[in-house]
Amino acid sequence: MKRVKRRYLALQVDGEGVPSRKELLDAVWGAVTRLFGEYGASLTGLALIDYDMEGKTAVLRTSLATLNSVKASLATITSVAGNEAAVHVLAVSGTIKALHKKTPKQL
Amino acid sequence: MPERGVAAVKRFFVDFHLRLNVKDAAGTVRMANKAAALGYRLVGVPLAAEVREDEVPRLREVCREAGLDFVSRVDLRPRSPSELGRLLRRLRRSFEVVCVLCESKVVARQAAKDRRVDLLSFPLLDFRRRFFDRAEAELACNGLSALEVDVKPLLVLEGAARVRLLSWLRREVAVAKKFGVPVVVSSGVAKEMLLRKPREMAALAFLFGLDEASGLDAVSQNAEVIVKRNREKLDAEFVAPGIRVFKEGKDC
Repeated sequence: MKRVKRRYLALQVDGEGVPSRKELLDAVWGAVTRLFGEYGASLTGLALIDYDMEGKTAVLRTSLATLNSVKASLATITSVAGNEAAVHVLAVSGTIKALHKKTPKQL
Repeated sequence: MPERGVAAVKRFFVDFHLRLNVKDAAGTVRMANKAAALGYRLVGVPLAAEVREDEVPRLREVCREAGLDFVSRVDLRPRSPSELGRLLRRLRRSFEVVCVLCESKVVARQAAKDRRVDLLSFPLLDFRRRFFDRAEAELACNGLSALEVDVKPLLVLEGAARVRLLSWLRREVAVAKKFGVPVVVSSGVAKEMLLRKPREMAALAFLFGLDEASGLDAVSQNAEVIVKRNREKLDAEFVAPGIRVFKEGKDC
């Protein structure tokens, strides 16, 4: 079986309020599902690896094949947990280690 | 680190359609700072045709303090080709970028032909009045105009309306690509929270068929070319393309 290539995205939640881990994940899944449907969402292999509530930063994992779809979906997020918000991508990397090197201050 | 498949050049990101409320000074400063923080280097602000004389320098100063280059833009909404001609004669030299909101086919065709028009924009939700077809693209590629796409509706719409919009945009962008008409992706937003990073705009452009490199061009190079060309034309020393006044006076 072919190995699935993955990409890790460093995210910054911008907006009022501090969403919980579940609320952030719900917003991401909601955006992906609205844009690409349940089938499309199932191909992304999304997983929230890490979430720092204090800094409102997160690390999200997705498959390389659906990276563009996930980035587009993240850009369409306008609210998280009922509050106006935006989710910005700080960096994208193939490993968590390299992601931390790219964004040493934020993560 | 170089991006995959994209030349590792430092891009000059442009948002050509930042809707600022010129009466709200604090809001203007906030929006300008936010755009700069997100990585934009140049912003275009649509102004009323009868903008007050002190307004443009004030906005330019606000943008300069935020680290942005400011471009004055006017959005024309003519009802007929003759009205378009009249407006262009009156306003072309007062603004750096001219956008025509094409609400009828005759206006759309005339705007595409006219080399004084920089951007062609179409009603976002009235799909019957989106006239960017093959004929329009052919005229636009011989002129100098680009197709402008605002991402705001992609953020605020949901369901069937967004599906239809994406479908239309995909069709129009495919036609633009085929005829070599540049596509400019702008925000079109008036709220800070709807502003997106240039790379996120490029990611949204992926939804209507622009690959990563073309998407990044649509938020940088394509807009930058328009600004450079117009600034050169508006310069006092400009005579004609390639001809400039080098020296004036008796000793020439």
